[in-house]
Amino acid sequence: MRFLTVSGPPSSGKTSVILRVIEALQARQRKIGVVKFDCLLTDDDQLYAKKGVLVRKGLSGALCPDHYFVSNIEACVKWGHENGCEYLISESAGLCNRCSPHIKEITAVCVIDNLSGINTPRKIGPMLKSADIVVITKGDIVSQAEREVFASRVKQVNPGAVIMHVNGITGQGAFELTSLFEDASNIETLKGKTLRFSMPSALCSYCLGETRIGEEYQTGNVRKMDI
Amino acid sequence: MGYYDLLPRPLSELLEEYPYIEDFLSSFGLEVESETGSLQDYLENLAPDLLEDLGISAEQLRQSLHDFINGMLALDDPLDKVNSLTLIGGVDKSGMAENLELTLKPGEVICIVGPTGSGKSRLLADIEWVAQGDTPTRRKILINGEVPDSKWRFSTEHKLVAQLSQNMNFVMDLSAEEFIRMHAESRLVTEPEEKVAKILAMANELAGETFLPDTPVTALSGGQSRALMIADMAFLSQSPIVLIDEIENAGIDRKKALDLLVREEKIILMATHDPILALMGDKRLVIKNGGIARIIESSEAERKNLIALEELDNKLLALRNRIRLGETLEDV
Repeated sequence: MRFLTVSGPPSSGKTSVILRVIEALQARQRKIGVVKFDCLLTDDDQLYAKKGVLVRKGLSGALCPDHYFVSNIEACVKWGHENGCEYLISESAGLCNRCSPHIKEITAVCVIDNLSGINTPRKIGPMLKSADIVVITKGDIVSQAEREVFASRVKQVNPGAVIMHVNGITGQGAFELTSLFEDASNIETLKGKTLRFSMPSALCSYCLGETRIGEEYQTGNVRKMDI
Repeated sequence: MGYYDLLPRPLSELLEEYPYIEDFLSSFGLEVESETGSLQDYLENLAPDLLEDLGISAEQLRQSLHDFINGMLALDDPLDKVNSLTLIGGVDKSGMAENLELTLKPGEVICIVGPTGSGKSRLLADIEWVAQGDTPTRRKILINGEVPDSKWRFSTEHKLVAQLSQNMNFVMDLSAEEFIRMHAESRLVTEPEEKVAKILAMANELAGETFLPDTPVTALSGGQSRALMIADMAFLSQSPIVLIDEIENAGIDRKKALDLLVREEKIILMATHDPILALMGDKRLVIKNGGIARIIESSEAERKNLIALEELDNKLLALRNRIRLGETLEDV
């Protein structure tokens, strides 16, 4: 089973891009599974189900979404494998920009959009900087020069990645992206694998539900600003 | 020369010579302050805690810097000149063979016509992807008569195709001059100011209404935006092929715009249903059911009609202008 982690800032077009790739993979008669991670709510699982792919949804609720991701992804891979998926795609949003779901030796994709501003690439951490494939979306609504400037900013922070432009609405570029998916890592289990980069941690009183503000309530891993 | 040659050199000297290295470091949130050691020393002395906070490992930072420097140095390599682009036909949506081999040369204008959904975008995408029988149409694209290097597919700085799309907005909050300068800098142009001035002058020549260098790009009219992007494509873009999705007949001298791209030796592919633009082209590819159904060469009779069409067009433009100036059109 080929497994890929797809991540990206909220509303960058991850679901649209994956849907277009699914169409191209289905044209090649591939059996596909998708695991959609979100925090509070998502209806995207229905969009995937409508395409006739197997789908699981995971809502992290009150937990850190990326910690939730990493605690569940092994079981998701097992599920995909047992159900005979030839492709399993995990979709998760990198909400704090310091998180990243990417796993060593597992093809990592980051979706980022042209409208997010040219300083965005440098603000995103390992989710973008350690990805193997960077997909830039919404290219049809900006000028050629902006596309080029934005791509060069992405290239600056991840010079080793393959950078592709995909239009999530018309599907332009999705066929080409799919041919890269065909070369994705082939695995049966995530046992023994490690994340590409550690996740941010806190382990402080607020992790345990503290709501009061003030020095006396702060315990554990607390860091102070230099003011 | 590459990354490993730069490693032992003093960092301060490198930053002077290759300012983009500082830009690279700052994009990871790293600061450089009066460094005395070599680039290697700098990288080795970065505190692991700092890197952890910035979300990058020392190993990955080195790898990225390696790729970045080598990529930037490669920008100086002369670009392979594209003397011809050959399209070898594949099949249409019903599997019927296209049976054609078409060679396009710099300075040629090829129009692509056909109803929405007929496969115009796929044709343009086949070219951009330098298809090798691996797309749904099974078309093949040759450059200079040969199967091209796969770098054309993935390179961001050596892109084969520059595309001027129909819905074109600017989202950056910059003046026209700042915007073009930023683009020039991202391409490491040696004399950016000269290029910027040239592009702005040309854009003003193409646009019906002139604009100033400090006009915000978001305040440009549709015609001015297109004029700016066409001038930018002509003088700044390295891409030998230009794809244009219709040039609306408003606020831009379309003939001059095409002439400019032709003069700059671009291969121009243009999706259009505008009769004047279509007749300005050397050939028209008629797309039907996903395939190229026919190639029409603009005939002598058509070219004669072009003159009449242009007269009509000028008349309409004059009327537009009168409306703009608040006149009435009782006598047309």
